[in-house]
Order: sequence, then structure tokens, then C-alpha cells
Amino acid sequence: MTPLVNIQGLSVAFNGVPVLRGVDIALGKGEALGLVGESGSGKSVTWLAALGLLPRHAKVTGSVRLDGREILGAPAGELDRVRGGRVAMIFQDPASALNPVLTIRKQLSEALVLHRDLQGNAVKAEARRLLDLVGIPDAGRRLEAYPHEFSGGQVQRIMIAMALAGNPDVLIADEPTTALDATIQAQILELMSSVRREFGMAMVLISHDLGVVAENCDRVAVMYAGRIVEQAPSNQLFADPVHPYAQGLIGALPPLDGPRRRLTAIPGTVPDPAMMPDGCAFAPRCALASDSCSLAAPTLAPIADQRTVACIRAEASRRTLLGIAAE
Amino acid sequence: MSPPLVEVCDISRTYSMRSGMFGRAAAVHAVDGVSLTIPKGQTLGLVGESGSGKSTTGRIVLGLEPPDSGEVRFDGKPMVAPGTAAWRAQRARMQMIFQDPLGALDRRLPVATQIREPLDIHNLGTPAEREDRVRDLLRAVELTPAHGARYPGALSGGQRQRIVLARALATKPDFLVCDEPVSALDVSIQAQVVNLLCDLQAQLGLTLLFISHDLRVVRQISNVVAVMYLGRIVEIGSADDLFARPEHPYTQALVSASPAPGRRSAGRIVLAGDPPNPAARPQGCAFHPRCPRAIARCTREVPALSAVGGNRQVACHLVTGAETRDAA
Repeated sequence: MTPLVNIQGLSVAFNGVPVLRGVDIALGKGEALGLVGESGSGKSVTWLAALGLLPRHAKVTGSVRLDGREILGAPAGELDRVRGGRVAMIFQDPASALNPVLTIRKQLSEALVLHRDLQGNAVKAEARRLLDLVGIPDAGRRLEAYPHEFSGGQVQRIMIAMALAGNPDVLIADEPTTALDATIQAQILELMSSVRREFGMAMVLISHDLGVVAENCDRVAVMYAGRIVEQAPSNQLFADPVHPYAQGLIGALPPLDGPRRRLTAIPGTVPDPAMMPDGCAFAPRCALASDSCSLAAPTLAPIADQRTVACIRAEASRRTLLGIAAE
Repeated sequence: MSPPLVEVCDISRTYSMRSGMFGRAAAVHAVDGVSLTIPKGQTLGLVGESGSGKSTTGRIVLGLEPPDSGEVRFDGKPMVAPGTAAWRAQRARMQMIFQDPLGALDRRLPVATQIREPLDIHNLGTPAEREDRVRDLLRAVELTPAHGARYPGALSGGQRQRIVLARALATKPDFLVCDEPVSALDVSIQAQVVNLLCDLQAQLGLTLLFISHDLRVVRQISNVVAVMYLGRIVEIGSADDLFARPEHPYTQALVSASPAPGRRSAGRIVLAGDPPNPAARPQGCAFHPRCPRAIARCTREVPALSAVGGNRQVACHLVTGAETRDAA
């Protein structure tokens, strides 16, 4: 089966500084993929680059295919039909994504007219249906309201409604709940998974929150310094991470139940993209690093069914993990 | 149990806020009848969503803001009036750490100078001793003197938060208020800072008021946790027990909303409705419009915080003593 979105060898450089260094992602129809990593790991840049949303001075190379058609460097007219139509995106800060001086109806209608060829009353009816769908009470009247009249959670609901306006095949959600309170985050995640089921949409959930990704995605890719370092089905990744960085991320998360343990912090910080170490970018912070780690950057290699990891010490790291588990 | 260092007795704080330029002034009860006790050397965690009054509580406890009613006692004595010499001496014993370290640091001064500033202000030690103290402090937060010569812009987020911590520790305080100190940091860096804070607390015998919306971090560092909702404490108890067996429907929702790796979202309590607006607090129990278990009484009477066994206190009409484990 050909994947819906197939990204291969995607690289991005800003002013000659590489920030994304060869990313391969295949997203199937209706699949939920999580992308985790710390700030600067390239998780947002991957999708901005894929959709041609980066500023002109960014140098993007590689291939991004949507249903087998190359969209990287496609003409503007074609990209306009893809963005908001087949691929919709929502961001962390919903308030700045809406125009404060236009009513919600105007902004929703814009998307409907552009991507759905609707006219007149049909637009309004559809806008109202979308607001209803995302759980805004009294949708008919609230259509005439301005963004500031809604709470943060409601604005994110409106963003989801706008994303759905084009009947997308893929929803890219970039930290959609990071700015929201815990109980509201739960509401929005619930809404996203219900619309995803209903529309059979694929979803890419970009988040720094491992818990959010684990609960809402089938498959997770962990990114570090512009590369994917491990890819696995969610439950397997969290139960048995192999890459030392993935292990570190999970060990750094304080548990909510059971006995308290000292957090296993990863020493040091993320390398500066302009001064990337030779070989594996994680080696300087890695407890298992050996001399050979700084020779060449490891490639993503399969270690089990549906699992890939980019680490030459993968076997050793697995043994360490088992050792820890046996304690 | 060690004697309390900080006692907060029934403090309240109300702001008035206008809706629009000519709107009528509305009273916002930011903090409403909050009482807390923090024993020496222990950590009290304060959790709640935005607008729950947790930061205002922290500011009042530090004396940055006066309460409208109620009293804060520090080391057995009431807080002294601001502006006096006694107040300055007391302020050196209590310090605060904020979420945004870049906002708390001066971008145009080397960080070592900023760590030294409290020593200059409170006139502690000779100039040579101050230099030594700065070096010790940098070492205590696991940085080198070379870091001290840099400007905030040349440090990473985690390093900046260490500098803020070093500066807060300069006057050898007994009490630290940490307001979302690790929320802006990445997970791996967050773990470094949390570990550091735990180590320093153990070494220096610090007493902490730790304010955060992140339940995991709060549990990691706290002995006792208080949950706030719209200016009131709705539940308080020992950290492990509170998160393992939350009694108040709001705490239950909060705990269940906290995503956990390896657990699918099945069975999660998703609260209806928006986060509460402190300017329009519902009658009765402030939580009743969002509460899945609310009864008629909840709309009329404000539940009082009362003990339900162990060291747990809950403010809910439906939670009374022993027969409360039905919702779990």
C-alpha cells in the first residue's frame, strides 16, 4: 500500500546551517503519528518544509509525496489546494492564528469558499454545522462573535473547525494543547480523536509531551537534532525504548504513581545546529557512547517488526535497559 | 513533625476589574479564605489551572502583596510591615523563582554580577567574601565560574534557571517560593533542574512553596499538595496519597487528565465546560457547573474544607469521611 504522505531525505538549512538532516516519514491513510522531541529537534520544521511554509531563504531538499505526487517545490497554485484542503494544520497559539477583527463566520466561510466551492446560504449552514461539530454551544449565534469573545479552549475548537472546513486527509497538529489548562487539554484531545475517527483522517501530532503523544497516536517517531532517532508503535516505544535518547526522555518524566525515584536527567544540552558534533549528534550526552559513535552518523535501521532505531549501540542499550528492568 | 516555618491563616485577596472601558467594576476573588502550613524543610505543592489563584497565594505568602484579610506568619511571627528595616531583613530569608528566567535576569549584566546583587543589597560580607560566595553558588547549581562571566543571552534556558536559583540562594534564605520554575524547560532539562532543587533542599534544609500546573513535577518534589480551584483549596493531602486516591471530583478529573505513557485514554474523566472565570464565580460550590456528580445542595452551599481521614482535607458535599471511595 502506498503511504498517503511519503517524506524522504527531507533536509532544511537556514543560511547554510542545517537544522533538518535527512528525515524519512511515511504516513498511512487514517494513521495517527506522533512526533516528539525537545525544542530545536526539527519536529515543526519538518512539516513547515513539507508544505512549503518556510521563508524563502530556507534551503529545502528531499522529496515529499502526497498520494504519490511530489509536492516539494510544486507551483503555488497546486500548493494552495493542498494546504488547508488535503492537509490542514493547527498550531499551538490559536489566538494568533485567527484574525481579531473578523467574525468567526467570515473566517470559517473563507476556508469553505476556497476549498469547498460552496456559495451563499450553503456556506453559512456548513459553518454552523462545523461549529456544532466541534462542540461550540449555541453555534448559530456564536458565528457572529469575534475571536476575543471565546476562551482559549474554544478558540482551539474553532481552529479545528477551520481545519475541517477543507475536508482534509491529514491534520497536522503542532503542539495543539500546550497553551491550554489540563482539563481543557483533555477536552481538545478527545475532540481531535473523535473527529479523526469520524472523518477517517490521518493525523500528525507534534508535541514535547510524551504522555499526550503516547495516548493519542498509533506510532511515534522521536526526533533529536534534526533527525529521527527511533520509530516504533507507541506502546512498544514507551514500554521498551531502545535509543539512549528515547530512554532518557522517558526516564526524565516524573511518574504520577508508584514509588518516587530520582529522575534520570540527560546531562548537557541539545547541540547548537551550527556546531553539530561529528557522527551521532547525541553521543556527547550519551552514557553508552563509544569511540565509534563519533565516526559516522548512524542510520535508521530496523530492529524488529515496525521498529527502527538509529544507534550503533542499540544492542548494548537494550541490554542496559533489561538490566535496569531486572533490578 | 517539625514546627511550621510558614503559616497562612485564612487569607483573601479581591481585585476589582472592569469589563471594557466603561463597564461596571466586578470583584474578582483571586484568593478566598486560603489556609496553609508549611513545616520547616518541607515542600508544599500548589496545583490548579490558570486563574485558580495559586500565583496570587504565592505573592501574598512572600509579602509582595498584602492580603485583604487573614494573616501570614513566618517563623512564628506575623509578617512585618513593608518598607521597614525589619522587613528587609526578613525578605533576605525568603526568595522567589519565576517561570521565565530570561525575564527575571538583566540581559545587559554578566550573570555573576546578578548573583552578587542580593549580597550587595543586603550588605552581606566583605567584597572578597562576596566573590567567594558567588563562586560557591555557581558550583552549587552545577555551573562553572566561566558561566558567571557570560550574559543571560549566551546561556541555555536550563542554565538561566540555575542562575536564577543561585541568585535566590545568595542570601541563604530559609524559604523559597517557586512559581512554575520548570514549565518553560524541555523534559530532559526539567529533570536536571528538579533533581538540583531536591538536592539543594536536602543540603540546605530549605522550605519550599512549589507552584505548578504540572502534577508530575509537583508530586516529584512535594510532601504535601494542595489543589486550588477559583481561589479556594478544594483538596489537600500528602502528595503520593492525593494523586493515588483523589477524593474531590476536580482533583479526580485533573489526575485523570494527566496523560501517561502506556495508558490509553479510555476511562478518562473529561470535564465539560470552560475553565472558570474568577470574575463570575458560580454560587455555592464554584466547581458545581462542571462537576459530573453535582447535586442540588452544591448549587447553594459553599462546601467547607474538612478532614476526611488520614491527613486529607476535602471541600466537597459528596465526600464525607469513610464512605467516599465509590467514585474510584
